[in-house]
Amino acid sequence: MRIAVCIKQVPDTAEVKINRETGTLVREGVPSIINPYDTHAIEAALSIKEQLGGTVCAVTMGPPQAEASLREAISLGVDEAFLVTGREFAGADTLATACALSGVIKKIGADLIICGKQAIDGDTAQVGPEVAEFLDIPHVSYVKKIIEAGAASIKVERMMDEGSDIVEASLPALITVVRELNTPRLPSLKGKMNAKKAEIKKMGAAELELPVDVVGFNGSPTQVKKIFTPGPRGGRKKLEGSLEEQIDALVNELVEKKCL
Amino acid sequence: MPLKIDKTKCMGCGACITVCPYDAIVIEDGVARIGEYCQLCQACLSSCQEGAIMESKVDYASIPTEDLAAWSGVWVFAEQRGGKVAPVAFELLGEGRKLAAARGAGLCAVLFGAARSDAQELIKWGADKVYYCGDDIFREFTDEPNAELLSRLISMHKPEVVLAGATAIGRSFLPRVAARLKTGLTADCTSLEIEADTGNLIQTRPAYGGNIMASILSPRTRPQMATVRPKVMKAGRYEPDRQGEIIDVDAAGIRARTRVLETIKAADTGVNVNLQEADVIISGGRGLKGKEGFGMLNELAQLLNGTIGASRAAVDEGWIPYCHQVGQTGKTVCPKLYIACGISGAVQHLVGMQSSDVIVAINKNPEAPIFTAATYGIVGDLNEVIPLLVKKLRERKGAQ
Ligand SMILES: Cc1cc2nc3c(=O)[nH]c(=O)nc-3n(C[C@H](O)[C@H](O)[C@H](O)COP(=O)(O)OP(=O)(O)OC[C@H]3O[C@@H](n4cnc5c(N)ncnc54)[C@H](O)[C@@H]3O)c2cc1C
Repeated sequence: MRIAVCIKQVPDTAEVKINRETGTLVREGVPSIINPYDTHAIEAALSIKEQLGGTVCAVTMGPPQAEASLREAISLGVDEAFLVTGREFAGADTLATACALSGVIKKIGADLIICGKQAIDGDTAQVGPEVAEFLDIPHVSYVKKIIEAGAASIKVERMMDEGSDIVEASLPALITVVRELNTPRLPSLKGKMNAKKAEIKKMGAAELELPVDVVGFNGSPTQVKKIFTPGPRGGRKKLEGSLEEQIDALVNELVEKKCL
Repeated sequence: MPLKIDKTKCMGCGACITVCPYDAIVIEDGVARIGEYCQLCQACLSSCQEGAIMESKVDYASIPTEDLAAWSGVWVFAEQRGGKVAPVAFELLGEGRKLAAARGAGLCAVLFGAARSDAQELIKWGADKVYYCGDDIFREFTDEPNAELLSRLISMHKPEVVLAGATAIGRSFLPRVAARLKTGLTADCTSLEIEADTGNLIQTRPAYGGNIMASILSPRTRPQMATVRPKVMKAGRYEPDRQGEIIDVDAAGIRARTRVLETIKAADTGVNVNLQEADVIISGGRGLKGKEGFGMLNELAQLLNGTIGASRAAVDEGWIPYCHQVGQTGKTVCPKLYIACGISGAVQHLVGMQSSDVIVAINKNPEAPIFTAATYGIVGDLNEVIPLLVKKLRERKGAQ
């Protein structure tokens, strides 16, 4: 089985702070990490490989420094790593990102593609299903359990809004995974050594045989018009008195606001 | 690239470098340069005291407008689960009506699966037309048939705007439709508006785990597609006598390469966990001290007809399953009433619940950040506050 994992290097948004006065993001000291959901995707790929044999490739599209996340993936046990990089990919929205990623996957081939549920910066959860559409293969989103992976199909449990479904997909297929799926392993010493010397294969639009107007900013139908920080909440009320008085006041307020 | 530095204004102070989440700005020869890794997030724009960072305007003249003019009308994908239309569909029809009015166009719904009578209901909720397919292939949700048939209908009828719920279903298959039609899709919108001079749809959504809001346009392609969070739009008026047209669509040649073998309803596990559609959420955190704490919250939830949520801390402790988790790595919710019990309010939790209408925080620690997000705060011990609140609510109910 050949498995491709799509990983994105992201700023650790949990560490991002907002300067309320200027309304800007404070980036200083915020580390770049592998998108947390993608670490679960890597773990899933490695454990399938342990069962069925095969190879695991990690793929990312990003600036040259995204190489660091590919090396981290190798330290965990990933066999091959591909970095899609170049000026032509800058400013990509999800469609252009999916176009580039599906371009690499077509080149390197894969029976199963695993993505994170969503990236913690863009937060759209769109790239995975879009890659599947570009490749014309089935996909299953929000996978929380891999029940059975075989040569021709995969059986998984996916989260839905009101429970979950057991779903079978024929291979090749793409799945996007949630945190509940597994606990990512830590790198081994040998893995860390491998990561240092491993070759990261870099690819630009030319290698992927993609016209430059379908990737990056040019290939992106969506455009960010403006960014702003959500304003502080209004309507805060202080409750006064003893605990009992406060609770009485609260119940009255909730009745007034038609919350009860 | 649409962000440029005015070299005559830039002082090389580096303020923009510290706000850029992507390390995309460098100082060269004493002035800033925005490099190729710019993600256009525009975080830098307001950081510049000199006003040296500019947006270079998109050249709208180069957009083939004739093509865009062929697209008109607003469509709502009405999601059904187990044959029941999800409430978000009625909310989208309410919002879709406003957008359609602003564009002087019609409003259509699309319903795959469920009964023909449900299509009739969508008309009463505001649709002028409903494209309906009752084929068995839509009984359980699979991505490809929904994507295939919706794409076909869109290509045929050319709506200008297509909306769906930002639910497990909408967020999963709508990207396939966007990719097939090579058009833009904006995820998880919390507000929609028509831009006065261009008629484009301004789609506003949270990003960076809710730390910022972004307004997104898709000016070059049609349809403009968006998923919209449940509970943020208001359902329109239900008019029992409203008339409209149901157009039957067939699913000939539609295939699915995935198969649902079994559905596990959350009800089977004994709790309602549809947090996204809950009106009232009672959430517990580390302050509950253990599994038993959730028993106490259950009592409150039953009284208020609420659903149980949790912070990541409580989930990580194993006190309650992950499906209850609210926050950046769990669900984003916006109920009418959110009661946070023993939750400190880390930013990752706040981003998942701060758009709730009314937030009540109960916490021992008066400094807990949850109080900054709360509409009402009570500083006190949960074991005192909650039983007292339960008692007062019971008394009120009894008195009615
Ligand atoms: C504020 C803001 C708002 C945005 N809103 C939108 C929007 O509404 N619609 C839109 O189309 N674009 C939007 N974008 C652009 C979008 O964030 C980027 O295109 C990004 O490259 C991919 O989207 P994502 O981060 O949402 O990834 P998601 O779709 O959330 O990522 C899902 C999974 O896809 C894989 N993946 C994603 N990106 C990569 C990558 N570069 N390399 C390898 N694997 C990857 C990972 O497995 C990841 O877990 C926005 C950008 C910003 C800055």
